[in-house]
Amino acid sequence: MSKKIAPVTQSDFIKAYRVMLTSRVLEEKLAGLYRAGMIKGGVFLGRGQEALSVSVGIQLRRGDIFAPLIRDQAGRLAFGDTVLDTLRTYLGSQLGSMRGRDGNIHRGRPREGYYAMISHLGAMIPSVAGALLARRLKGEQGVVGATCIGDGGTSTGAFHEGLNAAAVDKLPLIVVVANNQYAYSTPNSRQYACSDLLDKAAGYGVGAHKADGTSLMDCLQTLRNAIHAAREGGGPQLVVADLLRLVGHGEHDDFAYLDPKLKKSAVGSDCLLLAEKHITDQGWHTADEVAAWKRETESEVNATADRVRREPSPDPSEDDWAALSRPEYREQYAAS
Amino acid sequence: MITYLEAIRLAQQKALATDSRVFLYGQDIGSFGGAFKATKNLSAEFPGRVLDAPLSEDAIVGMAIGAAIEGARPIVEMQFADFSTCGLNQIVNHAATLFYRTSVPCPIVVRLPSGGTSGGGPFHSQSLEAIYAHWPGLVVVTPATVEDAYTMLLEAVNIDDPVIFCEHKFLYYHLKADSLPETALPIGKARIARAGRDATIVTHGAMLHESLAAAQELLEDGYEIEVVDLRSVKPLDTDTILASVARTGRLLCVSEEWPWGGVTAEVLARISTEGFGLLDAAPMRINAKDTPVPYHPDLWAAHRPTASTIAAAARRLLHI
Repeated sequence: MSKKIAPVTQSDFIKAYRVMLTSRVLEEKLAGLYRAGMIKGGVFLGRGQEALSVSVGIQLRRGDIFAPLIRDQAGRLAFGDTVLDTLRTYLGSQLGSMRGRDGNIHRGRPREGYYAMISHLGAMIPSVAGALLARRLKGEQGVVGATCIGDGGTSTGAFHEGLNAAAVDKLPLIVVVANNQYAYSTPNSRQYACSDLLDKAAGYGVGAHKADGTSLMDCLQTLRNAIHAAREGGGPQLVVADLLRLVGHGEHDDFAYLDPKLKKSAVGSDCLLLAEKHITDQGWHTADEVAAWKRETESEVNATADRVRREPSPDPSEDDWAALSRPEYREQYAAS
Repeated sequence: MITYLEAIRLAQQKALATDSRVFLYGQDIGSFGGAFKATKNLSAEFPGRVLDAPLSEDAIVGMAIGAAIEGARPIVEMQFADFSTCGLNQIVNHAATLFYRTSVPCPIVVRLPSGGTSGGGPFHSQSLEAIYAHWPGLVVVTPATVEDAYTMLLEAVNIDDPVIFCEHKFLYYHLKADSLPETALPIGKARIARAGRDATIVTHGAMLHESLAAAQELLEDGYEIEVVDLRSVKPLDTDTILASVARTGRLLCVSEEWPWGGVTAEVLARISTEGFGLLDAAPMRINAKDTPVPYHPDLWAAHRPTASTIAAAARRLLHI
């Protein structure tokens, strides 16, 4: 490693915490809108995963590539996504980046390095690898790409193929696994048989990093190390963080299958509360100051939601219904 | 003389030489030059731009998509069209949806060495153009001549959308041309490969040549068969087919694909609904048999349409 890795500072921690807080408040709003029947599709929350997710998004640079997954609201906001566009996409506003053509977590701005996931897990891993290959062919150096996945996604063929292909070409890819104990309802005991998902790193010949997913400090430092290693030419880096998804798979899921022992175990803590406690314990800010941040964020999120609810829905008669960029290739037998 | 296969190699060479955004990625395509040698010597001529991939069709296509988002023009080789089903998810769910979802086009070319050859067997012989044509967001081309193999591959690289390039292995070696053209019909336009007045055969890929031979056979009986080479199955040039049927009044559609769904079904559906009044007889189609493609040369020869089975079908169409 050519450069020393800087330790995480108070300022880094507070900045990341503020994004986590915004993410949590925004997701609580989304859950409320869902219960009120105002969301067009499903709602999938990242509660309990904000520390890990924010640590990825906030430590990437402009020009890097980020392909977040389902529970990465915090990482998305940290990378440059906005409360406004999140609400627009969930509420189906015509003004959102996906224009009603796709929804909820399937959003992005690929031209800005912020890729729009497809639902098929693992698919973004080779795509980010390919993006990094293209950057290398253009002669760009020092760029990294990160993508996130869960314990369930590590069982897919695409995870294997993508990570292996990236390793063969020593691409600066960071794959972040949120080991949140469940893939929808499937527990880890039915998902994999190795003792730790991190064991897979050795098999692929990639860097290995373990994080405590409930600790913002540990997540920030671990991701900093992994991103640094990739940026300095160390090839792909696999990060595994143990944590617990604190909500159902989606807001339609009552999470009745949650093993209560997991909730009481080390992974069951709420990373946001632990981060808050760290801030007050260190004497960086008082509990009142933290509470004021939360009120301020709630007010911003509520105002944005009210604004988006007044925005136009997509108009089917205005859509060009073009899946191909060339108008002359348009299918002439489609419904009209 | 330039073979169909060499035309594909030369098109890739020209694309690499003239467009710095182009790179090639696929199994065994580097110093080995590809299973069929469609990339022979290209890795030496263009160092770092003709890359061997692991045995990972999903990753090969997935990487091409990411590279295309970043402005590259990747051409990826599936060693056989049959194996592209291992990369199907990336093709149909990622590449094909990207533009509609995000307004960012996905200019990848996926080369599929397609179709049957003697002894190929169930997993090295498939014609998959119809399944790719089914998904919105893909362009699917099926060059049947040396000239088209060259010009359509070069055109495909310049199309901003994902192109599934179904090159036919049966044509690789024996189809030859004196020279390669500078200009060509654009993708999306069918070609009248042989003019006629008594019936129209619509076909694509290797079946063009079987159909032309059938048309020649029927000429001996005094019938002039028009043969339309679709060139691309999506977009499908319905206008050229309708115009031909307007001249002949009879339609036979021939394809090496399996019968269910498929290009022949689509062509017949379109002409029956749009050109019903042009037809003097019920339209017909012949496809390969509805089984996996068999290994033994005798079984294989009977599995797919041939000049003689096409001629026999055309005679029924003509009520001979």
